[in-house]
Amino acid sequence: MSDATDIHGGGGARVSGLADLRATGPQGMIVLRGDLADPGLRTAVGAVYAAAWPGAHGVSFAPPRGLCWMSPDEMLLLGPKDAVADDLAQLTAALGDQHALAVDVSDARCAFALSGPAAREVLAKLTPADLSPQAFGPGRIRRSRLAQVPAAFWMAEDGTTIHIVVFRSVAQYAWDLLVGATDPKAPVGLRQG
Amino acid sequence: MLTLRCPVCGIDADETELSPGGEAHLTRFGPDASDDDFHDYLFTRENPRGVHFERWRHSYGCGKWFHAARCTVTLEVFGTYSAQTTEPPAGIRAVIAEKRPGWSWRGLS
Repeated sequence: MSDATDIHGGGGARVSGLADLRATGPQGMIVLRGDLADPGLRTAVGAVYAAAWPGAHGVSFAPPRGLCWMSPDEMLLLGPKDAVADDLAQLTAALGDQHALAVDVSDARCAFALSGPAAREVLAKLTPADLSPQAFGPGRIRRSRLAQVPAAFWMAEDGTTIHIVVFRSVAQYAWDLLVGATDPKAPVGLRQG
Repeated sequence: MLTLRCPVCGIDADETELSPGGEAHLTRFGPDASDDDFHDYLFTRENPRGVHFERWRHSYGCGKWFHAARCTVTLEVFGTYSAQTTEPPAGIRAVIAEKRPGWSWRGLS
């Protein structure tokens, strides 16, 4: 079930103001730890995920799946929640005895989406990360913080939607922050490039 | 506000995205060390007015430790470098020597 306040279960929570904020609901997530520069690792991921291999600080999608670069030794693999078990089994088989670890972390994080021309401005109220179009263009991911909690966010290919993932234990806090930041009475007025 | 470039992932991280780890390049004295060495390892720290080497962790980002060379007076950052070193690399020392003539650290300059 989804309803207008549900940020955890089915998603469905939605708030419109300076930007359009919504909880995007269940998202399959697998964390892969290993040396991302290792061609063997890349081949194993490619066997399961069709998306092009993202470079550092990049995301790459081949819907419904995608790859998010998290650090030089961590990749977040996105996919449909009900397909996670199968994806993980395939990935584990493809990895074989390589020095890597893949774990289903779908329930660890909550996913939000922030869209509209002022999305950058809204998010920039909450994070020290550089969200200028030059530093945070389409296909770029940044791990930083939203006020007091860690978060990762990436700019979708359309250039107007920012996807945000935060740990589920602090999801309500992060959601409330974002709702406050989208308040129509609180524009910053930065020029959107 | 301090901005350090994480040498691991290349992000210009704000001070608030980092966790401080104290002085860099300490020598670990553990079991079988003398009491004096262990005391110094635990408690004795440099507190320079000027060039200082510190450990930082990019805790809100890639999560990795790194080292930074900066000036405690002006907050000028001379550079950041890998944590897998026992002394500041030559490139960092050259930058410091150029900006702080006469500077030296543990016999290096």
